[in-house]
Amino acid sequence: MNTKKTNALDNLKRIIFENKVIFMFVILCLACIIIADTSVAYIVGEVFTRFGRNTCLVLALIIPCFAGLGMNFGIVVGAIAAQVSVFWIVHWGFTGITGMLLCVLMSTPIAIFFGWLLGLLYNKTKGAEMIAGLVLGFFADGVYRLYTLYIIGGVIPFDDPNLLDRGFGLRNAFDLTGNLKYSIDDISFLTVCIILGAIMIVMGLVNMLHNKKVGTQTNGKKNLTNMVMGAVLVAFGFAGRMIPMVNLLFGGTRLIFTDVALFGGIALVVFAVVKIIVKRKKGETGIGSMIALAIGGIALTAGTGIGPVRDIYQSIKISACTYGIIVLFCMFNNWMTNTRLGQNMRTVGQSRAVATSAGINVDKTRIIATCISTVLAAWGQLVFLQNLGTFNTVQQQTNVGLYAIAAILVGGATVQKASNKHAVIGVILFHTLFVVAPLAATKIVGDSAISEYIRMFISYGVIAVSLAMHAWKTAGGPKDKGKVEPDAKHKAVAMPAGNAKV
Amino acid sequence: MEANYVLKMSNISKEYFGNKVLKDAQLKVKPGEIHALMGENGAGKSTLMNILFGMPVIHSTGGFEGTIEFDGKEVNIDNPQKAMELGIGMVHQEFMLIPGFTVVENIKLGREITNPTIASSLFGPSMEKLDKPAMAADARKALDTIGLNIGEQEMVGGMPVGYMQFIEIAREIDKTGMKLLIFDEPTAVLTETEAQRLLETMQLIASKGIAIVFITHRIDEVIQVTNSMTILRDGYFVDYLETKDTTAAKIAGLMVGREVEKLVDDVEDDSRSIKEDNVMLRLKDYYVDMPGEKVNGVNLEVRRGEILGIGGLAGQGKVGIPNGILGLYKSEGTVEFEGEVIDTTKLGAALMKHIAFVSEDRRGVGLLLEESIQNNITFTAMQIDNKFLKKFGPIRLFDEKAARAHAEDMIKQLDIRCTGPDQYAGRLSGGNQQKVCLARAITMNPKLLIVSEPTRGIDIGAKKLVLELLAKMNREQGMTIIMVSSELNELRSLCDRIAIVSDGKLTGIFPPDASDEEYGMAMSGVKEGGKE
Amino acid sequence: MEKFKKIIDAIGIPRLIVSCFFLAIVITAYVNGIDVKSYFSSTLKYWGMWGVLVLAMVPTIKCGIGPNFGVSLGIVCGLLGTLLSIEFEVMQRVDAILPGFGAWGAFAFAVIVSIVCAWFVGIGYGKVLNLVKGSEMTVTTYIGYSIIYLMCILWFRAPFSSGEIIWPLGGVGVRNSVAMEGSFGYLLTEALGFEIAGIYIPTGIILFVLACCLVVHFYFKSKTGLAIAAVGSNPTFARASGIDVDKMRVKGVAMSTILGAIGIVVYTQAFGYLQAYTAPLSMGFICVASILIGGATTGKASIIHVIIGTFLYQGLIIFTPPVSNHLLAGTDISDTMRQIIQNGVILYALVKTKGGTE
Repeated sequence: MNTKKTNALDNLKRIIFENKVIFMFVILCLACIIIADTSVAYIVGEVFTRFGRNTCLVLALIIPCFAGLGMNFGIVVGAIAAQVSVFWIVHWGFTGITGMLLCVLMSTPIAIFFGWLLGLLYNKTKGAEMIAGLVLGFFADGVYRLYTLYIIGGVIPFDDPNLLDRGFGLRNAFDLTGNLKYSIDDISFLTVCIILGAIMIVMGLVNMLHNKKVGTQTNGKKNLTNMVMGAVLVAFGFAGRMIPMVNLLFGGTRLIFTDVALFGGIALVVFAVVKIIVKRKKGETGIGSMIALAIGGIALTAGTGIGPVRDIYQSIKISACTYGIIVLFCMFNNWMTNTRLGQNMRTVGQSRAVATSAGINVDKTRIIATCISTVLAAWGQLVFLQNLGTFNTVQQQTNVGLYAIAAILVGGATVQKASNKHAVIGVILFHTLFVVAPLAATKIVGDSAISEYIRMFISYGVIAVSLAMHAWKTAGGPKDKGKVEPDAKHKAVAMPAGNAKV
Repeated sequence: MEANYVLKMSNISKEYFGNKVLKDAQLKVKPGEIHALMGENGAGKSTLMNILFGMPVIHSTGGFEGTIEFDGKEVNIDNPQKAMELGIGMVHQEFMLIPGFTVVENIKLGREITNPTIASSLFGPSMEKLDKPAMAADARKALDTIGLNIGEQEMVGGMPVGYMQFIEIAREIDKTGMKLLIFDEPTAVLTETEAQRLLETMQLIASKGIAIVFITHRIDEVIQVTNSMTILRDGYFVDYLETKDTTAAKIAGLMVGREVEKLVDDVEDDSRSIKEDNVMLRLKDYYVDMPGEKVNGVNLEVRRGEILGIGGLAGQGKVGIPNGILGLYKSEGTVEFEGEVIDTTKLGAALMKHIAFVSEDRRGVGLLLEESIQNNITFTAMQIDNKFLKKFGPIRLFDEKAARAHAEDMIKQLDIRCTGPDQYAGRLSGGNQQKVCLARAITMNPKLLIVSEPTRGIDIGAKKLVLELLAKMNREQGMTIIMVSSELNELRSLCDRIAIVSDGKLTGIFPPDASDEEYGMAMSGVKEGGKE
Repeated sequence: MEKFKKIIDAIGIPRLIVSCFFLAIVITAYVNGIDVKSYFSSTLKYWGMWGVLVLAMVPTIKCGIGPNFGVSLGIVCGLLGTLLSIEFEVMQRVDAILPGFGAWGAFAFAVIVSIVCAWFVGIGYGKVLNLVKGSEMTVTTYIGYSIIYLMCILWFRAPFSSGEIIWPLGGVGVRNSVAMEGSFGYLLTEALGFEIAGIYIPTGIILFVLACCLVVHFYFKSKTGLAIAAVGSNPTFARASGIDVDKMRVKGVAMSTILGAIGIVVYTQAFGYLQAYTAPLSMGFICVASILIGGATTGKASIIHVIIGTFLYQGLIIFTPPVSNHLLAGTDISDTMRQIIQNGVILYALVKTKGGTE
């Protein structure tokens, strides 16, 4: 009994230690919230909006981290690719989702090209990628400024009084209202269901044809289930539009979290119960997590009935499509790790020498990783811009890398290790702090100007500490003051009971 | 009847930049046998294996002469992939394992089992999905074959060194069509029980028809497990022996034996009187933690006025001894110099006592390559003895004039071929760089001079000059010298006594004229006790 | 051809390109009738302003850490020294004792306080850098940035009381730009200054910078200085000669921080205003770029690199606006140019150092 208790304590200690960065920021956020003394509903609503806006950019950092490139400060060039395409598309007069899709189409090849250049640079500065990425970011910033302020309209003939400032050079503020603003955010849940369902059906069909051609029989059943689910989604999407009640709840441009909590909670409970029953039938153990899930579902649903919680729920407006894209980004990162390329990236990230000896083209793998990251960053910046609605033409990209990297580090990532989990937690914590720190500062100092400094200090400070910790570890770490290890040979190592027979 | 060989390499010759490292060497291995490839460092073992593997280092330096027959057919192996396809595998000395990966991932590294997907049809095979269960099953099978009972999903990082060696073996076993496996000094990093297990595993593998080439210098292990052996010396093929027809002493003699050439002319008459009880430096129960050159408990006495040689194979710890004394690596035990204990944890403590050291790593430790000869020669003496400094009021500045005069003097004395004291040390030839290092040591007026591998990488003429210089300093100035070298021949031509180090321990102290067998046995770690 | 290549290698591509560019701009300016002389005077003044700051790069490069992106640590020490000098009204106090020497007293006070402060900070900073060997440049950059923002928070609430320093509306904290006229503003720039052929020579500041260069030069001829240089050029060699590598690196960093602190005091007096807050943010990068343009690499630097580099960089900054204004009808392209050249030069240096080792 006693031992169990100490074990639990040890476990807790270990968990806290392993997630010390996260805990530190949770405490910091809570302190700020308490000091700020503002309505929680406001804070939560704001954080959800920022989450939708920023998470994709942060998720673009994960793949290069696998490949041993560390934190990719060079995602700035991806953001530049997105901005370049945005003002051409706007100039050509495309609006709405069509415009956005064209932006994606246009920014992707640009981002791939930039990513390739960035990858070449990283290959020439192995071991100093992070400082190289940072300086390159500033450099690209300058080139981009040259492009927007002097080349457009100056060298390249360009005539658009809406965009130009004084004959040449783009206007400082770029307004997306009426063309691209909310082009992704405004897609309703029902439409997302239809699109997603259609994609699932098409994917299923293609997969089936492909399997037939290649001759593999794996995943046949899974494929079928996917197609059925896709069909259900499409049906729900169309039917929902017909039914006024459903259309009211899910057909709008935003989902109110109250509805999400209500139906999502119920869905979770149902899912968990079904799983438990299935597991019971098969005689498997480990239903604890399912029970937890069910309890979570109940809590979520119950929240809709409790006044203050309901108020918070009401203040959260989720854009179904943006959140869907975030999920897709996460899925892409996961899927990548399960491919041969992903495995090669991990190998390269761990040891370039071993990778070379295993026949992996190290330089090429690193370039591919950089390209993927740059493309994701470009798309992420598109999501960001359409939500923001208006942006600083010349400088919007400058701090993209800084904020994204600070966020993922706050989420507990390190220079060698980053995952979707780190990105999601990091964005939530970092942006909560972004929202509440100025409020708290105003309360204490009576002036919110200082909060900008606090923000920047936290962003840079987190990166500095995290890079220093990483460098400290790789430089040999804490010096052990122990005795001289006589030799490995004299430390008897118990071999596992072997069964080699001679 | 011509025996059936899985591998037959004949008349292999290889030159590196005009330096012949292999001369008509040969190697024959039968299927399913364990064949030892033996020789000192520099005998040509690794070059021979590099040729067999088609390593780029061979082909970028002009290829080689001779023929390789594999499985009865003449083959042309010009890249490592080709060697792998033929079924030649290698267990590396330094592990090619990734600590952050699981056992499965390491075993299947670069050879992952994958399933095609739509993405792979579109973007190429690198988008294929990993088939993790199949990979795990394969890895398990390989682990079971060599009898290693560890979970295949465990992380390799943090495992004992012994396991890693076995995981490397499992990786090679897992490759299909493996016919010949090369073990490069596999027991060097293992404990005794682990080594025993490894030998058993090798026999197990051989019993399945896979031939093994066992590169080692441990004669007892060779006697225990091998069927036959090839001995190389200085790039020449010395002998092919059946293990059952030979003895340890015979092998040792064949590995070491060669004519002792006179590298130093006895120009100086030897008027020294070295007394056994006049001990200058005493090492007691001495350990050094130098990676790759560990010293594990050495007791050694150096007599005033003598030249003591320390020999042994590379990686056995001989180089660790001086590096520990100078405080460059962590050491333990007592170092007594002229009756006083030196605190080796304090950098520079030995230098203060006028013990000078010429490092084996000339370019890495011995020189400031981007600085002038003058600065190189005077630097240590300036830092330790405050030489070459002149006072300007309260501050002391470098005395360029005095330094220059001294450097010019040294250049003349040691015949350093250069354009002048201002030439960068990095621009000099190896032999002249070594002379600059020696000049730096002499400038300190040392009581004890330790030179480590003084002739490594320098041509024969410069070699002779350096050795003669050492002899001269010893005879004329009575300087006590410790000379650490891998070249036994060189030690035998100059030293009064030669200590042999194996496995971080002293295996004997011999007079220069002791027999080849004695040296050979001591170098392969067979203890006979120190005798003189 | 070989010889040609050798000459280019000796000059260094960044130095070559920037000098050619500078020359072209000066010629363009001259041809277009721009008042070259007055801009040349400004260049000299700015050379003096930045000289000591750029000189702060030398010790860290010499001890093997590479250019000190984190020179901001020294800068904030210097700012503190200057502010304290104003706060305590050192000028007025000294003036009361030694009439006419008030500004000199205030300057000396600021420099001494800065040095003491920077010495402590530099030692701590050097110890941190010893823990992160191999990644110094990345870490110093971010430490430099975070310290600037940390100081922003402190400046904002710092308990100063002098009316010159605090916000015009009262309260506490440092105002955005503090005028130096009431203290040692323009002290060095105007000392012994004279005009020759239409070019104003700020003798005082030039002499001060050259004196600092001389001190650094002789420091690296002393026993410690030579040991520091040896640590930078081959740490294992230094160890084998009984030198404590970590200690020497700390000394190098401390010296760089001190020079950074003196540098900002000199800068501030020439600028006429003290700018706390985010103004010093990009100074580290400018200093690094300057010395690299002067021909230094991340592993090798000398006084002459400082002198040439600062001149070229500042000259470019000063000559570009009028020329671009003239040619491009009212646009100032200079800041964009500066950004591209500055970061391009740093990138080139990074590729050069790392490219060879891999």
